[in-house]
This record gives sequence, C-alpha cells and structure tokens, in this order.
Amino acid sequence: MVTSNQAPTLSAESQAQIDRELAKYPADQRRSALMSALRIAQVEHRWLSNELIAVVADYVGVPPIAAMEVATFYNMFDRAPVGRHKITVCTNLPCALSGGYKAADYLKQKLGIGFNETTADGKFTLKEGECMGACGYAPVLLVNNHSMCNHMTPDAIDKKLAELE
Amino acid sequence: MTVYVKGVVFEGVDFDDPKHWGIEAYMARGGYTALKKILSTGMTQDEIIAEMKTSGLRGRGGAGFPTGLKWSFMPRSFPGQKYLVCNTDEGEPGTFKDLDIIVDNPHALIEGMIIGGFAMGITVGYNYIHGEVFEAYERFEAALEEARAAGFLGDNILGTSFCFQLHGHHGYGAYICGEETALLESLEGKKGQPRFKPPFPASFGLYGKPTTINNTETFASVPYIIREGGQKFLELGKPNNGGTKLFSVSGHVNRPGNYEIPLGTPFSELLEMCGGMRDGKKLKAVIPGGSSAPVLPADIMMQCTMDYDSISKAGSMLGSGAVIVMDETTCMVKALERLSYFYFEESCGQCTPCREGTGWLYRVVHRIEQGLGRPEDLDLLLSVGGNIAGRTICALGDAAVMPVQGMLKHFRSEFEHHIEHKQCLVPGF
Repeated sequence: MVTSNQAPTLSAESQAQIDRELAKYPADQRRSALMSALRIAQVEHRWLSNELIAVVADYVGVPPIAAMEVATFYNMFDRAPVGRHKITVCTNLPCALSGGYKAADYLKQKLGIGFNETTADGKFTLKEGECMGACGYAPVLLVNNHSMCNHMTPDAIDKKLAELE
Repeated sequence: MTVYVKGVVFEGVDFDDPKHWGIEAYMARGGYTALKKILSTGMTQDEIIAEMKTSGLRGRGGAGFPTGLKWSFMPRSFPGQKYLVCNTDEGEPGTFKDLDIIVDNPHALIEGMIIGGFAMGITVGYNYIHGEVFEAYERFEAALEEARAAGFLGDNILGTSFCFQLHGHHGYGAYICGEETALLESLEGKKGQPRFKPPFPASFGLYGKPTTINNTETFASVPYIIREGGQKFLELGKPNNGGTKLFSVSGHVNRPGNYEIPLGTPFSELLEMCGGMRDGKKLKAVIPGGSSAPVLPADIMMQCTMDYDSISKAGSMLGSGAVIVMDETTCMVKALERLSYFYFEESCGQCTPCREGTGWLYRVVHRIEQGLGRPEDLDLLLSVGGNIAGRTICALGDAAVMPVQGMLKHFRSEFEHHIEHKQCLVPGF
C-alpha cells in the first residue's frame, strides 16, 4: 500500500521561533502563543493541513480543536494549498478610491487567474483582502502575508512579479 | 507618508534619517526624559494620573474616552498580576496612523507604556499589532530590544525597584480584534469573539486579571504630557478636545497620508495640506472618522473643524481620525456596497442580529448596485439596521449600520436613482 500519511514536522528553527514566542507569556498561558506558532508553521509548510495543525497544538500543549478554532477564525491562515507566492490585494473603499480594483484587475489579467485561484505552474495565488491598515499607500498588496507593497501601479506590479521567484 | 505639522507624536522626527526610529535618535530628541523625570523626582502615581487628566487626552482609538479617567479606574492596590495592553490592531478602513507610529517612532509608544505601567502599578504589558503589518511588528520587536538593552525595560529600571516587561503580539487577520475584549480573547490564543461587558477589563481583563487597554497613539502622546505638562498639551487643541491628533487621509486627495495637527483645525485647511482634491475634481463627501462613521456631504464637512465635538455635532464621529475623501465621480451605492461587504465578512458570528443582519444589509445594497433594487429596499435597509444596532455584544453591529444610515440620510436620492434607472448616477471606481 502506498501511503504518504506521515505526520508533518516542525523544523528546529521553527521550534526555536515558537519557543521565543512562548517565553512572552506566563508559563500557564502557553495558548497565547498559538497564533504565532501557527504562523511559524505556515511559513515553513506554506499552508495549514489538519495534520500540521495537530502537530502545532501538540507542541504548544493545547487540544487540537483549540488550534483548529484559531486556524479557521483568522483569515491570513491558509487551510488549503496555495502557490509559492500568495498575493492579497486590498479592495476596501479607501484603496478602491485609489486604484485597488485596477490593481486587482491588472493582476488577474497578467496572471490569467481570478481571486482564490492559483496559476497552473503553482507559482501565484491571488486573494482579495480586507483592510490592511495602509490606506494612505494605496493600492496595496500583501505578498505571502508578511511583505506589504505600496503604491502598486501596473508598472510597480510588473516589477514586483519579476522579483518573485 | 507622514506629515508633521504640529503635535506630540512625531515632533522632531527626521524622516530622512534611516535610523530615525531607533533609540539613539529618539533620545536625541528628548526621548525617555519623561520616564527619567518620573523615576528621579519621585513623581507619584497620583501625580501622573492627575497630569493625564489635566491634559484632556481622549482615547485615540475611536471611542474618545478620557485617558486619565481610564487610568484611575485601575485598582492600584490589587494584590495579583495586572496587565497593560496596547491596541495596535488597526483595521478600521481608512485608518493607518498606528502603523506609522510603530514604524517611525516606536519608542514614544514604548515610553508611554512604561509610564502607564508605573502609574497604575502594572509590571507586564503587551502590544497587539495588526497581522497584516507584519514588518511593523518586526520593527516594534527590534525597538523593544533596544529599550531592554538601554535599561528602560525589564527589572529594576534605571536602578529603581520599578520593573516592567513589554512584549509584541501579532494578530493574523481579523478586524474584530480591534474591539478590546475580542483583542483580549485573541491575546489569550482564542477566536477573537467579544466578551460581555460588564465586567470591564479594569476588573476582568487579560487572563481574568485587571487590565487597562489604550490605543497606540494614546500611549505615544504620554511622554510629551509628562515632559511638558498636561496643561501645555491641552492648550495645543481646544477645550474638551485637548492636544493634537493624527489624521489618516485617504481617497481622492493629491497627497494621502498621516497629518499630525491640532484638534480643532478646520477640515478645509486639512484638505489644503493634502494638496487639495486629486485632478481638481469637486469634493462630494467625506467619511470623517473611519468606515464606521456616518458619511457627511461636502457642504457640511467644509464647515467642520477636526475635533470630537464639531464632527459629532455634524452628525458623525471623529472615531480614529481616518478621513476618507470622495470626489464627485464616486458612486455612493458602490461605496456603501463595498463597506457593507466588509462588515458582513468581518462579523465574528457570535450574535445573530449582526451575523445575519450584516449579510442582509450587504445583499440588499448589492442588488441595488446590480440594478435589481426595489423601491421598498431603502426602508428595508433602515429596518434591518434598526434591528442590529444596540442588540449585539459589541459595536461591530452598530458600525455596520451607521454607514447605511449616513448614506441614506444624505444621499437617498442617489439610491433612488439607482433603483429606478438600474445604473449609477456617476461612474464610481
């Protein structure tokens, strides 16, 4: 029988990062580090499978359901595979007034995909985002959750896409 | 872009210096002297809180609650652990001031929190930072390291018996966590669903312990108030609206950005500072305090000054100071449709009126925008809104309703046109 159901693991580096987060909270409040721990696991594995969520829960020391609740409540967690680069475009009103939809349309046309889709080569996933708190820099994109890109005109988008491997 | 005109948060910051955010630059412009003053002169907790009350500083996160009064609610003699929390979970559409504070002047916030900890007898603090601005979270963590290394944070600060630990904590995408009790739940590692109040955080907060929560800009204003005196801060603004404020201006202006100006500055002057309307278009409307604030038409807005009382008298609210400017090409149906979708998307689902009602509001505005609206839809929107507002645990429900009410109050004819002609009166975006 062919099986690939090995439980995912957390690298030593990820574990060290989670330990640093755990140290911020009282010893009996390890759950407070759950959101960081899931973020760190997602950076390592790109998305959060049920198995990975259980591994994180075990490491932090909370029931798997507690980690699942957090993973499903916060929208920067990906519960399904995404491309190597997840691009999230803000289209909320302040961004929309300054070209948010134009940036989104340009990306859709350039990548040939719609929101919540991934390019055939697995390189890019496109998402529509809610307010990122950077409205003065509109239009804004978030690359892989952590890199904010400001003033994303078509030229700036071209440049950014070329940088992403 | 941050534009310093007159104020207390970005005073003296040289944005051209790459290390302007660091501790050396901060100390060179007078940073940490307020903390040193407290610890070296033996200024008491009561004196600090009195100074905060004198300043007239009101919470800069949106509610505008007097900070000195809030600090006085903390049971200072409580025997167990207490917590100080900063709310940098800035996700109200239009607001981006706290982002610039932690990126460009994080030590003002750190010093303000240390002083808050001293004044209320608290030894541990957390700063909860919006997940989407992760690089700003990393900047804040770097600033914390600097403050620890300099002896301003940790045990026996500056050789006294005062200890204060401060940590960064990031969200990961949930507007609701800007609501203070949802933030506490989230900080405890749970879904960010608001708690019933009472009990208030001052008696039952983080981990069930007494907790004081303030906004980033509020804390960042504290060092100035202690250094220069509450009276001087008060006089920067106008009575009942003490001090200066950061206004995040977005939308159809030539130079969007954060503008630090005295409270009471006329809106028309702020608009001029922003380089006026983009492409010379005419001003149509302004949302003066973040997406939850009711919209105001141009003629009313141009009569307003930028402070709590003036905007409130005009029928809206100053909120977080997020000013969304819309020109004559903006379709108000489309604008409301986008905002209504936001509240529908971000409702945490805990209370039925909000969970179901925000979706209902969105679907009705959406069908009007799609040309499928019915004449009775406008009354339906008001009726649904009336059954959400005031019937939920937190204010997200009210926040979803206020934009609808504001739009229908001032731009009802545009919605009627949309329903009758099945298209926009103006192109929109």
